[in-house]
Amino acid sequence: MEHTSFGDQRNATFSLAEEDHTLANALRFTLNQDPRVIICGYSIPHPSEARVNVRVQTTGDPAREVLKDACQDLMLMCQHIGGTFNKAVNDSRMKSPPDNDSSQGMDSD
Amino acid sequence: MSDSEPEAMAEADGVPSTKLPPHLELRRTRVLCKVDAPDNTDTIQYSGAYASLGHENSLRFADFCKDFRVDITRISDDDMEFDVVSVDPSIANAFRRILLAELPIMAIENVLIANNTSVVQDEVLAHRLGLIPIKVDPRLFDYLSENDTPNEKNTIVFKLHGSEFLKTYESLTSTSKPETYTSFTCSQDSMPEFAGNPIRVYPDIIISKLGFGQEIELEAHAVKGVGKTHAKWSPVATCWYRMLPEVELMEEIEGEKADVLKQKCAAKVFEIEDLADGKKRATVARPRACTLCRECIRDGEDWEKAYILTLS
Repeated sequence: MEHTSFGDQRNATFSLAEEDHTLANALRFTLNQDPRVIICGYSIPHPSEARVNVRVQTTGDPAREVLKDACQDLMLMCQHIGGTFNKAVNDSRMKSPPDNDSSQGMDSD
Repeated sequence: MSDSEPEAMAEADGVPSTKLPPHLELRRTRVLCKVDAPDNTDTIQYSGAYASLGHENSLRFADFCKDFRVDITRISDDDMEFDVVSVDPSIANAFRRILLAELPIMAIENVLIANNTSVVQDEVLAHRLGLIPIKVDPRLFDYLSENDTPNEKNTIVFKLHGSEFLKTYESLTSTSKPETYTSFTCSQDSMPEFAGNPIRVYPDIIISKLGFGQEIELEAHAVKGVGKTHAKWSPVATCWYRMLPEVELMEEIEGEKADVLKQKCAAKVFEIEDLADGKKRATVARPRACTLCRECIRDGEDWEKAYILTLS
């Protein structure tokens, strides 16, 4: 859902249902990295309701295009991360077979 | 001359990222861990943040691919630890949240109890059964919604019959015998996907202890779900991330002070290095082990030290 004024396509607020910080913070990061964006931020109107408002203000391109591009960038980044991670796991599995100790915790820096 | 100066400036700007002065580079990429509080915790994400200096802060996909790296520290069947280099904490946090709450897995949801004369109440028993991990690939199953009938594509049926009276027990097994109350048209044992990987449950989990004459007989259905709904559907025991600590001594620490410093650190981050002329010097041997307890900078002594957590 998009709240915007009819004439000015550059600034808009997008209301995403069934989302939370997981997507919103990552999306805010990729939006900020786009040079066309002046301001971007997100807020969660109420914690009991799964809804996120993302505000985007751009230098000229329509805000929904910029948002779509940011989503695409995020997808590409995640795919790249997934591919690199799988490759790293396979490489380490080939180097040494996994042993069965059971301690808990995953740690990524 | 006045004409060539703008040209020179334009050429300098054409270079993708002018180097930032060191104090700004520090601010952009590091979180400082000081005595009273961490400093500099916001990431400078905005693409135009350093525009006046000519430094481009936006992220091109090609640059990201070039800098990004995954280094696996240790990996085993049950857990793993790895380093991710050059990724923003928001992305790392998103992965952590997804691992905890949004990866589907199979867990017991409905329990049909025929006989329970043990000291464990029905609902407590059902709760414990729900938390038992089930070794099966959840991608082979579909979700069971309210309108669906349970069938072999979305439910696993387990049967448990333990009797102290008879001194027998059958542990929780995926059933192919037609003794269960619920039976499907096609049992999962006969399906080709499960030929190589039969559905198994970890064998050494105690569900309940039975005294003499007590008996439990029940049938449990496992369905697919995500951690958001209930924690039993969370695939990981836990999952966390932290930034890699980088410890830098701002000045030389020698002699007595070096010993004191080494003693202070409970995580044994520092080591003593012997110099040629008989003096001792403290060095940072294991920055990774640092737990950021700040014990070494707590007393405000006259050496300056800053722990730095790398952002990348």
